[in-house]
Parts: sequence; structure tokens; C-alpha cells
Amino acid sequence: MKLLTHNMLRSHVTGVTRGFPLIIRADEVKVNSVDFNREFVSRMIPKLEWEALVETAESLGHGSGLPRELLSGYENDEEFLKKVHHVLLEVEIIEGALKCPESGTEFPITRGIPNMLINEEES
Amino acid sequence: MERGGCCTPLCSPALTFIVVVPYRSFIHLSVQIHKRHQEIHSLISLYGGTFSKVQDTHENSPFCVLNIPSEELSRKIMKRTVCAKSLFELWGHGKNLAELQQSVQSYPLERMAPYLQPNSTYKISIHSFNKTLTQKEKLVKIDAMEFIPFKGRVSLQNAEHIFYLLEDYGPDPNTAPDLPLHIYFGRWIADGQRELINSYSVKKRHFIGNTSMDAGLSFIMANHARVKPNDLVFDPFVGTGGLLLPCAHFGAYVCGTEIDYNTAHGRGKASRMNQKWRGPDENIRANLRQYGLEKYYIDILVSDASKPIWRKGPLFDAIITDPPYGIRESTRKTGTQKEIIKTEQYPESHVPVQLNYHLSDIFLDLLNFAAEFLVVGGRLVYWLPVYRPEYTEEAVPRHPCLKLISNCEQMLSSHTSRRLITMEKVKEFEKQDQHAHLMDEQYLPYQGHNSFREKYFSGLTKRIAREEKARTGENSAGCRSTQHKATKP
Ligand SMILES: C[S@@+](CC[C@H](N)C(=O)[O-])C[C@H]1O[C@@H](n2cnc3c(N)ncnc32)[C@H](O)[C@@H]1O
Repeated sequence: MKLLTHNMLRSHVTGVTRGFPLIIRADEVKVNSVDFNREFVSRMIPKLEWEALVETAESLGHGSGLPRELLSGYENDEEFLKKVHHVLLEVEIIEGALKCPESGTEFPITRGIPNMLINEEES
Repeated sequence: MERGGCCTPLCSPALTFIVVVPYRSFIHLSVQIHKRHQEIHSLISLYGGTFSKVQDTHENSPFCVLNIPSEELSRKIMKRTVCAKSLFELWGHGKNLAELQQSVQSYPLERMAPYLQPNSTYKISIHSFNKTLTQKEKLVKIDAMEFIPFKGRVSLQNAEHIFYLLEDYGPDPNTAPDLPLHIYFGRWIADGQRELINSYSVKKRHFIGNTSMDAGLSFIMANHARVKPNDLVFDPFVGTGGLLLPCAHFGAYVCGTEIDYNTAHGRGKASRMNQKWRGPDENIRANLRQYGLEKYYIDILVSDASKPIWRKGPLFDAIITDPPYGIRESTRKTGTQKEIIKTEQYPESHVPVQLNYHLSDIFLDLLNFAAEFLVVGGRLVYWLPVYRPEYTEEAVPRHPCLKLISNCEQMLSSHTSRRLITMEKVKEFEKQDQHAHLMDEQYLPYQGHNSFREKYFSGLTKRIAREEKARTGENSAGCRSTQHKATKP
């Protein structure tokens, strides 16, 4: 699971109010290199929950020195866009879990694929 | 004879082109899509033009004469289309040689001149549709075109400028008249991308399933959806990801959800005849890698498409999907048991899956989802199964945020078909829009019945299931409709 995906996911456990961001438990993280595409990164940035992205990346030790607040004019800052690219597309959680911030329900991540199904009787 | 939609050559009017879209474009896929021109239509609008058909040829004609704002745009379209075979700048046309000659002679000379230069090379080819001509007949017809002031040298191998004489002998090769009904003359500009159907053929992919969408239709879907570079595209019922491949081919980043754990992981039984279990390289990511497109892989998740797992907002530029029809629902009951046994191999998928997602809900959920999660201007493209005797256009689900762009039919059997529905998000999603379907239902033929969906779809599902089974036996093209339900293993 890439951090871009994580930034778009929320918990769907019944009764949660925001369910975002899911807390990552990372047992195995892998960094894959992906071709840099400034256009795509610039297009994604306005769709992101910026703070959540930076906090998540930092918690995994891949913060890359991203600023807490998004500065204007980033479209022309190649170095910045490369960092965002790295965090969004190159850092991947291979094994671990996503934890609902409100109910504590865990969604396992196996071989890089999160399982968002809930056993409703359990929760 | 209208041409170019403009009278003076000074104001650079739209050029007139002729596109060849073979009627049975997809005969090898056993598909006939009636509105063959919809793909071109979508592509023209993707590049900022508007589709305007100049001349209506007979229904089965492979020719479509249309105005396209510029040659540059026409080339872009041909880089995307899998329906259209070739595109020409139309210099003239008519019912017979005399009419054609007159027509070409009235074509602005300054448009023709660059291609008639003395130091250039050219050739004229001929295509006769629904009639086979002898070499001699062809030469006579080509020679007759010499009324055009060609000053260049003929070169059959490496001509700089290629011209085509296109002849239409009507819809039926068996009753083709001696003389063509219509002839066209034009400068060849580009061919379409029909070879993609072959290079992306399901047969060549590592990872396939028994409902993998074939390549031709997948490319048409991506074109209808106007998928463009740097888009984010989502398939909620992703299966083996057949629909994501063309999107990535066009430079979009892709993601999907799939309820079946084994499919999402590319595990379990293989779909290939001579193979029992899937190998390690059989998954969506590996399919993308096979085509050099892994950089466009975002993620595949195991999830139920009806559950709200996405953070609210316009996240996706296009949603393109082939939802489960529920056709094999009843026949797969024992399959559930087997699946639970299988999951023990992979204990982390501890959630069993039940098969009871109403078909009607699938489509209404899908529209609601698209209305909320598409960007404005983004498109939803999906297949809707139809029981033909009861089909009316009003039965196509609607949503106030989504405008119906096109609705094309593909026959499955005498009574059933599926419709390729293309919708565009035309306004921001607001909370109250969510209930809009129920309002709309008052206008539907099943007025006053809240059970419209059940009535329409559940009967349909059973009938399709019966027919499908009778038609293709166990190899039916349908797939299960499943929704995760609370049950302990
Ligand atoms: C028609 S197939 C899609 C095939 C896909 N286009 C391909 O090329 O492989 C529909 C898929 O939806 C999955 N599915 C069924 N119910 C679902 C649900 N509620 N949520 C997500 N996926 C579901 C099925 O397991 C199946 O793989």
C-alpha cells in the first residue's frame, strides 16, 4: 500500500465520525523506485490531506523533510515535488495493518494489499 | 455539398475528414456496438473539439464524414481510437465519378497544393468496401483521378503523400451493385490503434480470470471515459484489472477494489485450461509490469465496493467498471464453502464472503459513488445488463449530478444484452443529491413502487442466468455478485 492510497482511505466501521487518518502499523516497509512525474504529483497535491500525509510519512521515518504546511507556488519547486513523489508513490507498506483511529478495528495489510473487509459481528 | 462549415478559406475553418469505422469492427470479439461513432465523439471532446457529422451515410456504412477543428487534433484522436481504422482529409466525394470530380475541383486549391508539389512523391490507393475489384479495374479507377494536378512523382514504396479512393458498395456484399453507391477521395492522415487489441489480448496476459474484459472493449471504455495522462482512475469491481490496462496505457494512474481475496492477491485456482494454481506473477501489478506500465500502479485493495472506505471528496478523474451481474449467484452457492476452505490457506483473510448484493443496489450505489467521488467533468463508464423485451431508456439509472453521454448495446443472446453506459459528472455533489434517485423513480414506468429495483432487476437476473446457462453452459461470461455480510467462519 502506497501512502497516496493511505491518504485517501478512511475507516468505515459503523459509528465512526471521521475515521481518518487510519493509523499505520508497519511490520515491513519497502521503497520502490517509481519514475518521477511532476505533472501527476502537482495534480494530486490539492487532493491530499497534507498534514496527515506529513505525519504519516514521519511516523514511518520517511518524512523527507516535508514542511508541515503546504506552501504556495509548489508547482515550480522541483525538489519539493520529488520529495512528495517519493512519499506518495515510492514508500510502500508490505506487511502490517491499518487501525481505525476511533474504534481500534484493524485492517490487515498482506503482501502489500490492505484488506478493508470487516467482520461485522466482531466489531 | 457542404464542406468545412465555412465559406471563406481565410478564416481557417474546421477541416472535413472521413473516418473509416468498419461496421463489424469487432467481429472477432462477437460484438456489435451500434453507436460506433461514440468513441470518436468522446475523443474529439477530450481534445476540446465538438463532434459534428457532415453527412449521414447508410446505417452499415463504414464511412463517417465529420468536421474536426484541425489536422493536429485528428492525429491525436487516431492515436487513441481502436474503433476507427483510418482517417483521411476529404477532398471530395459524390455518387459517381463526375460528381466526385466536380467536388474535388471545388476543394480549396491552397489546401491541396502542399501535397501536389513537383519535388514530392505520392501514390493513390483504392479501397472498395463490400466488393472485390480486379487489379485492372483498380488501375482504371486510379488513372481516372489524374484530373487532379499532381506534379510529384509516383512512388509505390515510400510515397510522402498517400491518397485514397474509397468506394462504398452498400451494406451487403452479396447484393453489391456494379457501380459504387458513393465514392470519396482523400489524403490519408493516420491509422487508428487497432493493433492494441492484439497486443493487449487477454491471451497474452499473465493474470486473467473468467470475467476478464477483452482488450478491444476495455480500450473503448477508456476512450469513452476520456482517460488522459496523469488522471487517477478507479475500478470498484476490479477483478483481474482488465479495465485498468488501457487506462495505464494512456498514462493514467490506476487503482481498484475487489471483494474476492484470492482474486485481489492473484492466488487460488487458475483460469487457464492447462494450469491448476496461479503462479506468483499472476496479479494486476504484474500485468501492468508486463506492458511496462507498473509506474502507473497505485493500489488494489480487498474491499466491498458498497462500503464507504474512501475519504470524501472528488478523488477520481474517471471510474470505469464491469460490475458483477449476479448471473452465477445460484450456481456458486457451493463455491462459498470451497472458498472458506481455501481461505484457510491464507488465514489472514478471515472474513467469509456472502453472495447477496442486489443487482439493483450495485448500480444505484455505483452512481451515488461516482456522483460523490468523481471530479466535475469526470466520467463513469460501466456495463448494465438488460433483459431486452422489458428494456426502455428510462430503466437506465440516473443521478442529478450525472449526465448520460451515451448508451451503446452489445448483444449477449436473443433476449439479453448489456449496455455500455457513459455518464459525466456535471455538477458538484451535495448531500441532498443522494436521495435523488427515489425522486426520479416517480418518472419511471414502475411508478409508485419502492421496489422498482427489485422488480426490475431480480427477475432480470434470474432470466439472464437461465439464458446464459442455456447458451454457454458452465463457461458463462457472467460473474458473481457478492456483498460482504456479517458471518463468522
Ligand atoms: C465482471 S468482474 C470484473 C472483471 C474485470 N473487469 C476484469 O477484467 O477482470 C466483477 C468482479 O467484481 C467482484 N465483486 C463482486 N462483488 C463485489 C463487491 N461487493 N465489491 C467489490 N468487488 C466485488 C467479483 O469478485 C469480480 O471479480
